[in-house]
Amino acid sequence: MSRIGLFITCVNDALYPQTPKAVVAVLERLGYDVDFPQAQTCCGQMHANSGYRKDAAKLAKSFERTFAGYDAIVTPSGSCAAMTRDQYPDLTGTDIGDRVYELSEFLLDHAGVEDVGASFPHTVTYHPTCHGTRALGLGDKPLRLLRAVDRIELVDLPEADQCCGFGGTFALKNSEVSSAMLDDKCRHAADTGAEYLAAADNSCLTHIGGGIGRVGGPRPIHYAEILASTT
Amino acid sequence: MSAKEEILARMRRALDGAGPVPVPPREYRRALDEDADVVEMLIDRLVDYKAEVHHGVDAIEAALGDAKQVVVPADLPTEWRLGRSVFIEDRNLATEDLDGADAVLTGCAAAVAVSGTIMLDAGAAQGRRAITLVPDHHVIVVRRDQIVGHLAEALPRLHPTRPQTWISGPSATSDIELQRVEGVHGPRRLDVVILGD
Amino acid sequence: MTTAFPPGRSLRSPKFAESAKVALGMPQLRSNLAHATGTIRGKRATVVGELDDWESLRDAAAAIKADVQHRMPELAVAFERKATEAGATVHWARDGAEANRIAARITREAGADEVVKVKSMATQEIELNEHFEAEGLKAWETDLAELIVQLAEDRPSHILVPAIHYNRTEIRDIFKGRMSDAPTGLTDEPAALAEAARLHLRRRFLSAKVAVSGANFAVAETGSLVVVESEGNGRMCLTMPRTLISVVGVEKLLPRFEDLEVFMQLLPRSSTGERMNPYTSIWTGATGGDGPEDVHIILLDNGRTDVLADEVGRQALSCIRCSACLNVCPVYERTGGHAYGHVYPGPIGAILAPQLEPGRHDDLPYASSLCGACYEVCPVKINIPEVLVHLRQQGPHHVGEKAAMGAAEAVMARPRLWRAALGAARFFSLPWRKRGSVRRLPWPASKWTVSRDMPVPPKETFRDWWKERER
Repeated sequence: MSRIGLFITCVNDALYPQTPKAVVAVLERLGYDVDFPQAQTCCGQMHANSGYRKDAAKLAKSFERTFAGYDAIVTPSGSCAAMTRDQYPDLTGTDIGDRVYELSEFLLDHAGVEDVGASFPHTVTYHPTCHGTRALGLGDKPLRLLRAVDRIELVDLPEADQCCGFGGTFALKNSEVSSAMLDDKCRHAADTGAEYLAAADNSCLTHIGGGIGRVGGPRPIHYAEILASTT
Repeated sequence: MSAKEEILARMRRALDGAGPVPVPPREYRRALDEDADVVEMLIDRLVDYKAEVHHGVDAIEAALGDAKQVVVPADLPTEWRLGRSVFIEDRNLATEDLDGADAVLTGCAAAVAVSGTIMLDAGAAQGRRAITLVPDHHVIVVRRDQIVGHLAEALPRLHPTRPQTWISGPSATSDIELQRVEGVHGPRRLDVVILGD
Repeated sequence: MTTAFPPGRSLRSPKFAESAKVALGMPQLRSNLAHATGTIRGKRATVVGELDDWESLRDAAAAIKADVQHRMPELAVAFERKATEAGATVHWARDGAEANRIAARITREAGADEVVKVKSMATQEIELNEHFEAEGLKAWETDLAELIVQLAEDRPSHILVPAIHYNRTEIRDIFKGRMSDAPTGLTDEPAALAEAARLHLRRRFLSAKVAVSGANFAVAETGSLVVVESEGNGRMCLTMPRTLISVVGVEKLLPRFEDLEVFMQLLPRSSTGERMNPYTSIWTGATGGDGPEDVHIILLDNGRTDVLADEVGRQALSCIRCSACLNVCPVYERTGGHAYGHVYPGPIGAILAPQLEPGRHDDLPYASSLCGACYEVCPVKINIPEVLVHLRQQGPHHVGEKAAMGAAEAVMARPRLWRAALGAARFFSLPWRKRGSVRRLPWPASKWTVSRDMPVPPKETFRDWWKERER
């Protein structure tokens, strides 16, 4: 039996406990045993992408130590998964990223499950987050899982592949451009009339949700929480 | 140190310690599928570019329309010089003469169906570059055996070091709101006459 | 209450952010850009979708360009030899100033005081027009968009479509106001505007003695140059004058003529979204009786060999100036090209400008959300996000930010401290717990809350829940 370690990411650790809880619920429903190593913190992406290579390398090392004993590391973040796969080899020479799975990758590619037995009687629109889609190459994997959810009604998001404008410290350093991108994303989200806007990254959802908090629109939700729902 | 020596030295320094790179993979297509109808495809592309397409040697007259003065390369086959136009052989014609002509009639070296591109390489029946540029109307005769499916099939047919002009439709611009409009400085009218089945 | 230092004073705002703010406040500009980039994105997607071997072409192009970079000295010398054998004169220029001096000297020696120009990024980069002006020579732009920009005394804002920031009505007004021979009753129909440009430039084309061009490709095997264009102004410049001066960056080399079968599929489909551009001219030295007799090629370094020295950054030299990355970039679409403050704007500019002019564009690598749309469309597979991050890691950092990042790392690298920090965050956010989010935060977090709410930490963390569960 392979050991599965859950990497919840620093954003979820600080702000969104419901997302990793949902991941645990889905995996356990499918019969997997999940472990949560308490020593985990951050993958180091903020540091690496802001130009702080040494700091990022230290965090990458710490990640490597924490998860060394696991055969599969599951995370509800396309962005952090991409960080471990794309940047770790260059930062520290580790290939631990090969064992890191974004949740939908784990479910579809590793577990071979598309219908996770969820039910969610709501209208949902889906935003494919940039790092998950492009850097990690998730394609429509999260969407495939959502399509298999009972009673869900999926609505297309106009110009879905456009970045929401988050981009980590970009949102602060180029706040005006970021806000302009966010305006468009929020407008498109509201145009769908959906109750929820789902995505594979809570950092992007923090950004979009922060904008929607001002102008109204669907409620942001990590797609793992929809997969966990059985209402 | 000359500029050349200095730049080369900088390059060598920049590459110091750089290992060899792999031989480029060339797994792309070099030809179309065998059942592709290259003539039909070429016509489709040319029409898309707003060029007019005609068939058979007798159509040259129609392609030239009411052009009175038609410049031709001196080696243009006489059997192509059809119709009411006056054919002026280019024996180093002055620019003003080219500017005063109504049309130019030439052959070509190859034509590529996928992209609707007709290639001139200063070979037989093509003349020098200026004659196909200054007159406002270009009629190109393309023989069926000059049409290939793919760009990779056309390149070996060209003389690489003679002046080449690849033509894909009439002169055009997309500089205003990225909307394509035909006709700027090159010939604003392009007619293509296809010979043979 | 006032603080000793107004917020923002101590942390110098980057240049890009400042000019982006200005651009964002121009609704007409934003609408022009959104319309134009949206149009070209659609066209590109259609013609790229027609080729089932697109990814193989990209792989080949990236590898050929990497090969060029690794064999640059050898290929440059081979190109020079072949071009010279074919009757061209090859010059080498360490920088823009040297290239400009050579071009001006050739122009004078040809007995001319003006040149007609084909659109060329290299000559814009070295500011050839300005240099000619200073030397009492005149360089006439002949590409429609360049003509618009030159008439407007403006700067280009896009690699392929330098006047992308103008709509048809604005262009009509520029022509009417600044083109001496603009037809009366000129409308804003693109066809009418193109006709006006044709009439305006025709005499000049037919009588020019000297032309200046760049080149899209320089084939080492044959010594040939390739210029890709649409309007025929390129053909005019490359064919009609007696003297031709081509300024060619050393990175434009291709090993073999056959390589054009790759690049001439990728370039037009990526740039204008056409299956093929209307005209491609290829010439090798001078050909008696056909085109210019006095053919000069200026091989330009101007910082390229410095870029070559950076193992990660050198892939920027693979760029074929298609501008697909500009057209898909959400940042470029909203700010336009001028905000970048460099002749190469957009994602490619954000990695090229700081490398070509070290120290002058350190803020540009941050002008990106790292969304990766640029990499996805790049026909030569330049991993722009990778280079952006790499340049951020090389560049200077603000002292305050550096301290904050260091502190964050110190906490995050120690799980105990990290848990304590999370606890502190929960404690300090207690007042907002009920509301669930914060609407206003002090600087620098105000840069977030200016347009977004900030969520507050939950009552119970996942860690607490997990511990409870384990028990």
